[in-house]
Amino acid sequence: MREVDARGLSCPEPLMLTAEALKSGKGPVRILVTEPHQKMNVEKFARDHGRKAVSTETDDGFAVVIE
Amino acid sequence: MNLSDSKKKLALAGVICGLVAACLAYFGNPANMAFCIACFIRDTAGALGMHSTETVQYARPEIIGLVLGAFIISAATKEYRSTAGSSPMVRFVLGMILAIGSLVFLGCPLRMIIRMSAGDLNAWVALIGFVLGVGTGVFALKKGFSLGRAHLTNRVSGGVLPALMLGILILALATNLLKSSESGPGSMHAPILMSLAGGLIFGAVAQKARMCFAGSIRDIILMRNFDLITIIGGFFAVMLIFNIVSGNFTPGFNTPGIIAHSEHLWNILGMYAVGFAAVLAGGCPLRQLILAGQGSSDSAVTVLGMFAGAAAAHNFGLAASGTALNAETQEVVAGAVPMNGKVAVILCIIVCFVIAFTNKRSEGK
Repeated sequence: MREVDARGLSCPEPLMLTAEALKSGKGPVRILVTEPHQKMNVEKFARDHGRKAVSTETDDGFAVVIE
Repeated sequence: MNLSDSKKKLALAGVICGLVAACLAYFGNPANMAFCIACFIRDTAGALGMHSTETVQYARPEIIGLVLGAFIISAATKEYRSTAGSSPMVRFVLGMILAIGSLVFLGCPLRMIIRMSAGDLNAWVALIGFVLGVGTGVFALKKGFSLGRAHLTNRVSGGVLPALMLGILILALATNLLKSSESGPGSMHAPILMSLAGGLIFGAVAQKARMCFAGSIRDIILMRNFDLITIIGGFFAVMLIFNIVSGNFTPGFNTPGIIAHSEHLWNILGMYAVGFAAVLAGGCPLRQLILAGQGSSDSAVTVLGMFAGAAAAHNFGLAASGTALNAETQEVVAGAVPMNGKVAVILCIIVCFVIAFTNKRSEGK
């Protein structure tokens, strides 16, 4: 699975990297973020683009898997 | 509790913040200042003795409340994260630019919206500069701009700024160490506990709704996303109604007594610097206070930069003056931006460009 490490980056960088990853290829992508609002933003971005997102908490933030 | 998952909730958040600002204006804050981050940081810097302009010295409880409100709500809803390490000194400089640009225009983006809702056409002119500044920041983001990663740090670190704000509040309530204006904008304020409550509510709502004036325009330009602007729409609507009902709605340019000036180029360039710097810093002055409250030491450093910038704006004669009425002659004296302020704004814009195009995102950093 492709992975985007957006941990610790300021807004809107996590969303920009997510958009880039979704545009650059098919298949699931795991997005790593630090802040809860970034997790919600990535989930919403996926939903708005017709993709399903499942989030889990990690040691230093969240992993959002976009299927 | 999530205020950011539907446009209705976001608009409601804006309405609540608008009601807070309208109440504070009604009960004593300067009418079309109501709730200005740059002006209130400037006043608080004055209260702490960081500058000596006697008319703008007052420890604004709204600023303290914003940080503490965001801190309390983020801790209660498990969103508090103590983070640090994303180019702190660059952020300090961006904080200075946010304050200096705002004080040349005479207001932060929040006050720009409040002034727009009161019919002040200078604020509508400044909006052009703000949008252009945000647009330039977006261009830099698309070219790979980044201040690098913040990392999780000791939990106490993120609580330092909220603790310092609490300290200022205690000094204001229990001692006479802080300076307090006897005339001018600094002497106009709502009762202290009402201001504090207003700040706490505003801070909590802004934290849950992710309220950000630069972010709202940035998201439209970058992603055609209108979520954050919905909050601003709700806020503007409430302030517009308040100003019309209270008789404070006066469309025009050279309106005396509203702490504004009509030097259009410098209104545009001042807010251009603010919009540009806000995108580079990841949020407007309000958002920096909220992020600092929820544990970001990087945003706390930006806030300290705003205090330093606000003090410099008054110590070095950078801040603009507002159009006023001469009480004796009844003549309108036009507000103006001093030469030092004009030079400072140009320097601020140059520094923004240097920061924007010398800090690039790289994998793993």
